[in-house]
Amino acid sequence: MSTIVLSFADWLIIAIYFVFIIGIGFYLRRFTRSDEDFFLAGRRNSSWVAGLAFLSANMGALELIGMTGNTFKYGMYVAHFYWIGAIPAMLFLGIYMMPFYYSSKIKSVPGYLKLRFDEKTRVLNAIAFAFMTVLVSGINLYAMALVLHTFVGWGWSVSMWISAATVAVYVTLSGLMSAIFTEIVQFFLIWFGLLLVSVLGIVEIGSLHEIIARIPESFSTLWSTSADPTQNGMLVTWGGIVLGLGFVLSFGYWTTDFLVVQRAFSAKDLNSARNTPVIASFFKMALPFIVIVAGLVAYLLANDPNSGFHLLRDGGQVNYDSALPLLIARYYPNGLIGLGVTALLAGFMAGQAGNISAFNTVFTYDLYQAAYQRVTKTEATSEHLLWMGRMTTIVGILISVAAAYWAMSMPTIMDWMQAIFSWVNAPLFATMLLGMFVTWITPSGAFWGLLIGMVSSFTLFMAVRFEWIAKSAITFSNVASDMAANFWRAWWAWLITFVITIVVSLFTKKKPKEDLVGLVKGLTKEAVEQGIPFYKKPEFFAIISVVVLIILNIWFW
Amino acid sequence: MAEQETTKGMKPIWFFVGIILLLMGIIIFISGLYYLFNPSEINTALTHLHPDIWWGGLMVVAGFIFIWTNRNVTV
Repeated sequence: MSTIVLSFADWLIIAIYFVFIIGIGFYLRRFTRSDEDFFLAGRRNSSWVAGLAFLSANMGALELIGMTGNTFKYGMYVAHFYWIGAIPAMLFLGIYMMPFYYSSKIKSVPGYLKLRFDEKTRVLNAIAFAFMTVLVSGINLYAMALVLHTFVGWGWSVSMWISAATVAVYVTLSGLMSAIFTEIVQFFLIWFGLLLVSVLGIVEIGSLHEIIARIPESFSTLWSTSADPTQNGMLVTWGGIVLGLGFVLSFGYWTTDFLVVQRAFSAKDLNSARNTPVIASFFKMALPFIVIVAGLVAYLLANDPNSGFHLLRDGGQVNYDSALPLLIARYYPNGLIGLGVTALLAGFMAGQAGNISAFNTVFTYDLYQAAYQRVTKTEATSEHLLWMGRMTTIVGILISVAAAYWAMSMPTIMDWMQAIFSWVNAPLFATMLLGMFVTWITPSGAFWGLLIGMVSSFTLFMAVRFEWIAKSAITFSNVASDMAANFWRAWWAWLITFVITIVVSLFTKKKPKEDLVGLVKGLTKEAVEQGIPFYKKPEFFAIISVVVLIILNIWFW
Repeated sequence: MAEQETTKGMKPIWFFVGIILLLMGIIIFISGLYYLFNPSEINTALTHLHPDIWWGGLMVVAGFIFIWTNRNVTV
């Protein structure tokens, strides 16, 4: 049943958006002449462009819909995903890891694994990552279809296929350059389209202070209720937050997920690449002022019998994901509704395009190119790789549509997303951390640690899901939520990978140190660009970012 | 934010951001003026604040600034 009625102005705004982003794809095609243009946007972007694209690639469907709904369900604890669950990792990527990624001119994270370890480790990660990206792309597609079907009345298949076709056109035409351009346009549309919801919500309730004062204490704090899981809305302890989310999931995603790292690779020089995630961290910290405030406003309105505001119910079950769309319907008159719907579409399509562009790069460079060389005994030309990248985009989109139909059968997509990250990113983070900082970690240690880590994480997920073991066995708590179980499972997967990698490395052949120069800290001369003023260096911005992070956590303690 | 180097003739992304903000801002602003003089039967919460007028106006101003500061810039 549709609860939003679109006027001519709304449809015009939505149409302008689709025409505009496809038009950008055609415009940029003339500047996409080589495989480096297609996969790395020619490596010419400033840190601002790369930084906003870096963040926008992460701002998919779940950031907007799912986090607002989660705030309604769990309260302020959702802010942890934006603060401790993102900022330290983003700063670590910019300060310590980008010099390795950027200077070695590798084109992907699996590419680094090949140089540091061996081919089989690279292929293992490439396959896992490719699998993850099309699944996540499909989830973005499904979430968009859910919103459009529920609130605008569009059919499931129409919503999915229109979005999939649009993304296929502009990514196929111009690759990463087009994806980055549209991600930045989408960044501004999301802010202009959705910040107003929070502004009007604050006006209706009275003030931000009034909102915090009226929500329950378990919803209004970040840390003071984390010693006892029964005292907070997320049923999680500070251990799960710090170890599972703040360390493993956060670092595993922000430092190794090629979807976001690829945007930093598109920067024009090393200093810009290092500044990319640091600049993005400020905007990441500000996002709670959209999704968290909106979620808390929705909570207060839903609990006020005079407001007339209620979340949707699916067969008696509250649909928390309906919070943001219903706030849009509540506050936005015709004209603005079109902007709100466009902002949601922009968020979904940014997430989908980001995953597809990462998928086509990893598949083309890390799987196809290696196989091509092995079979033909020759190097693939730039033109051939460009063609392959375009074909892979189309195939990836088709697979993600299939994944979207599969996601329809899942109960909650947010928990499903974090589960996927715990299978792939958490073990990978352990492998990357050891590889970058410990010289004696061997290729065999890395391969078996990564493989066993991923298998163990998936096994723990299935074991809890089918009740082979109790949830408390991995969370140390009898009242843990599914999200808390995700955090703890990520921690255990990371720990298993870490230990197995070290143990196997102690008994297997090491690579000569001369092969590790430029790949391991301690064996690498710091590639620092000279003549850069201190106030333009990433360290300067990172210090400011950390200070703001600390202030926010103390303010909402 | 404006790119200052001029090399290959590609307009910077900020120029395109300006165009889309300007276009959408104009539509929203005009829509808001229309409903100011022809009130809709369906009233949203806080409709008396006319958010479409001032938010649409804000987008027009922002879009114009992006376009103006990047009108002669290429990257």
